[in-house]
Order: sequence, then C-alpha cells, then structure tokens
Amino acid sequence: MTFSRWIAFWPVLLMLLPASVSAAQYNYIDISNPFLRKTPIAVPVFKVPAQDPAAMRTAESAAQRLAYYLEFTGYFTISDPSAFLEDPQTMDITGVGIRYRNWTVIGAEMLVTGGVEIREGEAQFELRLFDTVKQKMLVGKRYRGKPDDYNRVARRFCSEVVFAVTGSRGFFDSKLAFVSNGTGHKEIYLCDFDGSNVKQFTRHNSISLFPDWSSDGRWIAYTTYANKRPRIRMQHVKEKRWSGIDKPGLQAVAAWVPGQFKLAASLSFSGDLEIYLLTGNGKVIKRLTNSVGIDGEPTWAPDGKRLAFVSRRAGNPQIYILDTVSGRVQRLTFEGRYNTQPSWSPKGDRIAYSAMKSGVIDIFTIDPESGEAVQLTENQGSNEAPTWSPDGSLIAFSSTREGKSRIYVMTAYGTDQRRLLTLPGEQTNPKWSPNIVTP
Amino acid sequence: MKRKWIILALVLIVPAMLFTVSCAKKTVSTEPSTTDATADDDAARQAELAKQAELDRQKQLEEERLAAERAERLKAEAMDRDLAMAKNRFLSENIYFDFDKSVLSDQAQELLKEKAMWMRANPDASVVVEGHCDERGTNAYNLALGERRAESAKTFLVNLGISGARMTTISYGEERPLDMGHNEEAWAKNRRATFVIE
Repeated sequence: MTFSRWIAFWPVLLMLLPASVSAAQYNYIDISNPFLRKTPIAVPVFKVPAQDPAAMRTAESAAQRLAYYLEFTGYFTISDPSAFLEDPQTMDITGVGIRYRNWTVIGAEMLVTGGVEIREGEAQFELRLFDTVKQKMLVGKRYRGKPDDYNRVARRFCSEVVFAVTGSRGFFDSKLAFVSNGTGHKEIYLCDFDGSNVKQFTRHNSISLFPDWSSDGRWIAYTTYANKRPRIRMQHVKEKRWSGIDKPGLQAVAAWVPGQFKLAASLSFSGDLEIYLLTGNGKVIKRLTNSVGIDGEPTWAPDGKRLAFVSRRAGNPQIYILDTVSGRVQRLTFEGRYNTQPSWSPKGDRIAYSAMKSGVIDIFTIDPESGEAVQLTENQGSNEAPTWSPDGSLIAFSSTREGKSRIYVMTAYGTDQRRLLTLPGEQTNPKWSPNIVTP
Repeated sequence: MKRKWIILALVLIVPAMLFTVSCAKKTVSTEPSTTDATADDDAARQAELAKQAELDRQKQLEEERLAAERAERLKAEAMDRDLAMAKNRFLSENIYFDFDKSVLSDQAQELLKEKAMWMRANPDASVVVEGHCDERGTNAYNLALGERRAESAKTFLVNLGISGARMTTISYGEERPLDMGHNEEAWAKNRRATFVIE
C-alpha cells in the first residue's frame, strides 16, 4: 500500500525532540495502576487553511479518530470541547504562542494540536502533543498521505503519544483473531485492535478453534476439524499456504515461541497429552512435558524460555510454569480447583488466566514470581480466554455478561471493561496479535 | 337200541359228511377266484392306496420342510434382530462420566464389557471412540478432557483383549453436546464417550 510507504518515509520530527522524552515519560502515568487516574487531554479540531471545506472534513475526522483512539487506551479522558476557551481555528498550534493557562484552567493536562493542508490530492498532517502543566512540547510529527488516510495517521500519532507518556509503543498496529459461529460453524475471524475491519479468515464449515499469532504476525496456528480429526494448522495470514503436524490423535492449542518460527502444542500421539516443541512447519523438535494426564494450553514468557501451561497432575486443572532450559516445573496457582487459559503478558510481569468457582468463570492475573493473584472480572456472566495487547496494557476476553458470548476488552487492571464488537452468533477464544509491522 | 345207534350214526356221520363236502367244495371254488378277474381289481386298489400313501407322505415331508424352513427363517430373523439390537446398543449406549473426571464408573465398565463382547463377535468392525464434555469449564481444557475420556474407554477395551488397532479416539470437548440444556440433567448426558463404527 502506498500509504504505508509514505508513513515509512515521511514521519518527520518537527521540533527536534531528543530521546530524553522517554526518560521523562514515567512522570505522567503511574505505572502501578495508570488507569486509576486518567490524564485529561484536549483534542481540538485540527486547524485548516481558511475556506478549505475538504481539509476541514479531514481535520474533523482525524481529530475525532485521534480522540477515540486516545480514549481507547484507557490512559486518557477527553476534555469536553464545549468548555474550550480557545478557538481551534485561530489558536497557535506550533507551540510558540500557546496559552497554556487556557487549557490548564479547564482541566486539560495535555493538549494535541494539529494542522491539515490538502494540496493536489495529497494531505499533510502536522500533529503535536503538549504538556500544558510543564508548558512544553512532547511530540511533534508530520505525516503525508491521501486525505482518506486520516485514520491511520490518527493511529500512528496516537502510538507516539502513548510512547511519550508510557514508554511503550502501544497496540495501534495490532489485530485480534477470534472464533465466531455466525455462519453456523465455528470459524476464525480477524479484526483490528478496536474491533473494526472484521474479516473471516477460515472457511472450513467445520469447527475451528484457538487461533495464535506468530510474533511476526505472518502466521496463525489454530486447531480445526476440517479433516474430521482435531488438527493444528499453521496458516499464512496473507498467502494461501499452510502446513500441519503429521501426528495422530488430538492436536490442541498451539503457541508460537516469541521471535521464532517454532511453536508449542499439546499432542496425544503417545497415548497421553503432552506439550511438544515443533518447527513452524510442524516437525517435532522435542517433548517439553512428561507427566501422565492432561498437559496443555501452553503460553510463552516473552523470553521464549519459560512456558506456563495447564496440568491436571494434582487432580484438577492448575497452572504450572516450565523452565525449558533447566526442565524445572513449578506449580503457580493454588487457589480453587479449576484454573485454566493462562496467557503470559508480553511485558512478562503477569500471567492472566481464568478461574472457575461455582460454575462461574472469572479472569485473574497473577505474578509469576510471587504467585500473588488479582481478580479482574466479577458478577458479570462468565469471563474467559484472556489475551494481552502487545504492550501489555489491555486484556481482551470473551464474556457472557450480555447473554451471548462476545469479545470485550479491559485494562490490565480490570478497569474500563467494554464490548469490542457485535457480530451474529457467538464469539470466543480471542487472541491479540503482536504489533504487525506491515499491516 | 339198534335204532338209537343208527340215529346217532346219522347225527354224527351226516353232518360230518356234509362238513367234508362243503369244505371240499369251498376250497375248490375259492381258489380260482383269487387268480382270476377279482384278483386284478385288488392289485389296482392296492397300488392306488400305496400311491396315495406316498403322496401323503411327500406332502407331509414338504410341510415339514416348509415348517423347518419357516422356523429357520424366524430364527435367522431373530438372530438378525438380536445382532441389529446388539449393534444398536453398541452404538447408542453411551459411557457417562462425572464432572472433570475420566475414570470409569462400575456402570461404565459393565457397558464396556458388553461392547467388548460385540467387538469380539464382530472382528471386522473398526470403531471410533468419541470423548465429550459438558459446557462448563473452558473449551481448551475440555478438549483435553474429552480426549482422556475417549482414551480411558479405549484402554479398558484393550485390557479386555480388543486390539487397539481397531479403535481410534477423537475428542470433541464441549463442541457437540447431545442436550442443549443448561442444567445438571443436560450436563450429565453430555459428559460421555460415544462409539461410532468406521
């Protein structure tokens, strides 16, 4: 796509903002729970040259999308435009003449200014982020593209804002895979991180489950009954090619190794379900677990060395951690009798999982070192299958809180729970992709 | 006195003479009658009788044969019915499990013994053992649990001498409930191992 090339070549730092931004960033968001107190941010409509209605339409849409994405992160609350003391079309947007007091007085601790010009069908976006309290600019970027590309400009700039504020790149280039039975069959679907742009990925007219993205975002492994038996397929996201695993018995729940063309999956060909390490083409490299009974649902730590998984070795399903280097296995969960669906945060510091009590399933996160757990969902139907955004700030999951199972999203601390999308049928087994470099 | 003897002689001799004459006459007159016309009639009647008897005998044999055939057919039908019933039972009688368990109850073991008998009686049959779960719990774990259920039924049959090569397992986890209900009754029906002939 031409625009992605534009984006790659044209992000220009307007004012020279050195790397020192990342040193100061931790002042803005309290890392222990950044979602408790949201930062008020003002996003006035971007400024356009006088009497240019086409640019105005783009400016309005772009500012709206930017505000929507900023709010989606959970870090910000958007200041009410009707309270603004400044006129977005006459105010200074470059920083030299900004009256910061006019923003702090309405509560806005941050301000995004923008300018849009359209020349010969090409749009130029100038976007800046200011700290109104410290009275300084944090980010300045210029983007060029088609006027219709405002959505991607908004995402790209939002990613810069989140990076300036949290030190992490966010999830604005990520997607979700999930299972939906809207056609009468469980198929894998894909959508953008915010639930938009839904596309059906498989058409097996069978049962397809448990999608998992390779860390380059190019492959999805999933379990399907397309050939009668439950088999794992590693399918290219863009091209029509796939490979399988040539082993009989059950093949369930694959997990790609971070940064490698390898995956873990539980296979039953030995007569017992064990987790194996496989190449991306489905060749067994080695067996990872060795215990009679169920061993499954692997999830990798970001180091690609430790693996959390579910085992029934203690008589009921609990989560264990395997160090694949030393071979040592440690039990992680002790509370309750049904802990499954572990999902290791891309930041490495927590593992999300679901626990069933009295028939109701809720989502928890647990510290893999201390074993200290926190409950994130409660009293709202069954909540299952947690999956982390690539920056570890959000968790997507499925919930029956409105009757049918649907995909929801919340912050890593359980706040800001909202439905991601509404589709025919029921949606389950969401899996967040890494930030896909070439979407 | 002399007269008395004469009378006695007459009384004794004359009938005796008469007797001898009539006897002689009789033997003379009856002998030719068997060899002449009356003798031919008799033979025909005898043949007729024999023929009739033979026909009767054959008819009876035929009836007996038909009866035997009918009995045979009924027996075969009954056997077919029994076989069909046994097959039906083999396919329709599910093995049930407790929640989050794959151990076989006494009842499950009795049913599996019956299934082993059927498999011994039908050595050419290959079967698929399907493992299923109820909707509770999470679907990846249930997929694994369904596999355990199918495997434990299969292992029991292998221990009863049925070749493992004749059986494959497939888990559907919670994906194919028999009963769509959301109560214990439905769940109990759905936690099952089912047999399918390949």
